[in-house]
Amino acid sequence: MTEFNRRKFLESSAGVAAAATVGTGAAVFAPAVHAQTLNLKPEKDAKLRVLRWSRFVQGDIDQYMINVKKFTEKTGIEVRVDNEGWEDVRPKAAVAANTGAGPDIILSTNDDANLYPEKLLDVTDVADYLGKKYGGWYPACDAYLRPDGKKWLGLALGAAGAMLVYRQSHVKAAGFDTFPKDTTAFLALLKALHAKGTPSGFALGNATGDGLWTNWLIWSHGGQLVDKSNKVVIDSAETLKALEYAKEMYATFIPGTLSWLDPNNNKAFLDSQISLTNNGISIYYATKTSADQKVKDLREDIYHAQYPVGPVGVPTESHLFFNQMIFKYTKYPQAAKEFLRFMMEQEQYDPWLTAAGGYIAPPLAEYAKSAVWTSDPKHTPYRDCVKNLRPAGYAGKLGYASAGAAADFIVVNMVAEAASGSKTPKEAAERAQKRAERYYKV
Amino acid sequence: MPGMQELARAGASRPAMARRAGLLERFQNNRNALGWAFMLPATVLLLLFLTYPLGLGTWLGFTDAKIGRAGEFIGLENFAFLVGDSVTQLALFNTLFYTVVASVAKFGLGLWLALLLNKRLPFQSFFRAVVLLPWIVPTALSAIAFWWIFDAQFSIISWVLVKLGLTTKYIDFLGDPWNARFSTIVANVWRGIPFVAISLLAGLQTISPSYYEASAIDGATPWQQFRHITLPLLTPIIAVVMTFSVLFTFTDFQLIYVLTRGGPLNSTHLMATLAFQRAISGGALAEGAAIATLMVPFLLGAIMFSYFGLQRRAWQQGGDK
Repeated sequence: MTEFNRRKFLESSAGVAAAATVGTGAAVFAPAVHAQTLNLKPEKDAKLRVLRWSRFVQGDIDQYMINVKKFTEKTGIEVRVDNEGWEDVRPKAAVAANTGAGPDIILSTNDDANLYPEKLLDVTDVADYLGKKYGGWYPACDAYLRPDGKKWLGLALGAAGAMLVYRQSHVKAAGFDTFPKDTTAFLALLKALHAKGTPSGFALGNATGDGLWTNWLIWSHGGQLVDKSNKVVIDSAETLKALEYAKEMYATFIPGTLSWLDPNNNKAFLDSQISLTNNGISIYYATKTSADQKVKDLREDIYHAQYPVGPVGVPTESHLFFNQMIFKYTKYPQAAKEFLRFMMEQEQYDPWLTAAGGYIAPPLAEYAKSAVWTSDPKHTPYRDCVKNLRPAGYAGKLGYASAGAAADFIVVNMVAEAASGSKTPKEAAERAQKRAERYYKV
Repeated sequence: MPGMQELARAGASRPAMARRAGLLERFQNNRNALGWAFMLPATVLLLLFLTYPLGLGTWLGFTDAKIGRAGEFIGLENFAFLVGDSVTQLALFNTLFYTVVASVAKFGLGLWLALLLNKRLPFQSFFRAVVLLPWIVPTALSAIAFWWIFDAQFSIISWVLVKLGLTTKYIDFLGDPWNARFSTIVANVWRGIPFVAISLLAGLQTISPSYYEASAIDGATPWQQFRHITLPLLTPIIAVVMTFSVLFTFTDFQLIYVLTRGGPLNSTHLMATLAFQRAISGGALAEGAAIATLMVPFLLGAIMFSYFGLQRRAWQQGGDK
């Protein structure tokens, strides 16, 4: 599914266009409507080095490199792309920022740009250009990359969505014809699945990616790590309600989730041991690419759903956010900006989204209309991940404190402690409060 | 010295050349100067790659440095926080528990294995080679094997027990705090035994058989032989081996990082893994450095214990008791 199938796309886009909240209706990807100009003049003999996170799905890097090649052919600018595991990019980017040497462009994650804003090239012109052309950036991009509301520190690339992945036959057998949309019905589903012997499982170990569902849990009940002024407020009545809910959830899980790291739920799901978990689209992707017939057979039965909305009444999702930063030390700032602009243009970005098979959700509203979201209806739930995304440091300002608190698994540990009963919800919340206060230095 | 003469002909005046030749000759004949010169490369290497990083790491612990951002001196603030931090306290407990239990087990099993391998066995060399295998396999790989063995859903141990009808439920090896602690210790012991066993075996082979023969003639039982010949003569080796073993165990990282990342509920976080999590993943370089520095007194303690407690025994200084 790497080709942009225009006919199929037009057939299915009418509904999407009607449902779209931002954009221009049927005039999908008609740049003329949003015509923008941006005249960047790449430096002579410019060469660029890009460091990015290693692909999660093969289609991503294959298409990314095709786009890079296109850029080189068009501009004559040579681009070297290095790949590193996403967790290793963060320290490298920080060192590059502060030593003033390294790749010109780094594609990193989450709140990185907020750690060294003064070391990053202002890309407001490119961001404005792309924003106006493609229907605007979703609000989460502002939190991550335009903390002062004026200057863009980098460009959003998208997010690897973590959504609910389930076996439709099991959910139906548990008495649910449609997937629950609120937390009350969701808990009822978990209980029913457990009763049917087809339980769910959510990672509660120190899992960097798959532990993010705990943020959704707390936010959906109105709890949050910090308020807008970065005051730690996790020990709250709302958090306690969320933790009580977590206890009920945990009672329905398959045993062993306290030990689960990132790969465990994939393995258990593909082995049909669990019927519901939170994950990127990679489980579904595996059923398409696997050589194992048992795994392939799951494809029809796997469906995706957005997280249910809790008492707060709005979606509260937590995903892995990807940014693109240009460092001030680059000798070729214009070329670097031009590269990012080029990669974010529809001609490159849309095939890339498509090749990633729904793994990456777009940060620009117009790309919600990409054919990838409708060519396979199972991709659709991942479409709005950036739209509904809250940064882990919600509702405060991002920076070292939010990054440190997230890396120290404060929220994951709190939920695990309360859910498993090793601490009461109150004790767990108090402990999280103390740990977080250290990062946010009271 | 033809080389020197050629050098001189190339232009230097005779008295200056003579002075230089004299200096070089004196240098070459001076044992002190030569000694220092020969030690220089090693000293530079040690200073550059050992002393400097250690000093820097310790210094960082007293600052508020973040990754990529130089910090300012803040005195003991990091340590004051860590002493009161429940996760650090837990990590310290875990580390001590892990080290003590794993080291005792490795010593007991390693010594037993060494004694067995020291006997005349068929296929002796083969067995000695096989014993080394866990030590040879890269830790990251053996850790992944254990990760599967201890998996909550796919554990081979649980599978066998269920098939044999000994249990109905899969064992939650890594999901329960105490199970996880013991499981990681088992993996560490499995990996560490060969080092202890082979080193002690080498020690055993240095003991002259004549002691055993003489004692056998005197009617000593095998236990008496072990207690009064093997153990005393093996003590210096035991001291060295166990010092290393304790140091390796105390600073273990890979095994925990692969198996649990410190979970569940931080019950297997060791000082090393917590230092990494805080310093690299979390960006709080100074705090991570402070945690690493906190390990030093314990490591020194272990070395001191082995040095004073085991090595400097009276018999070593000439006494026979």
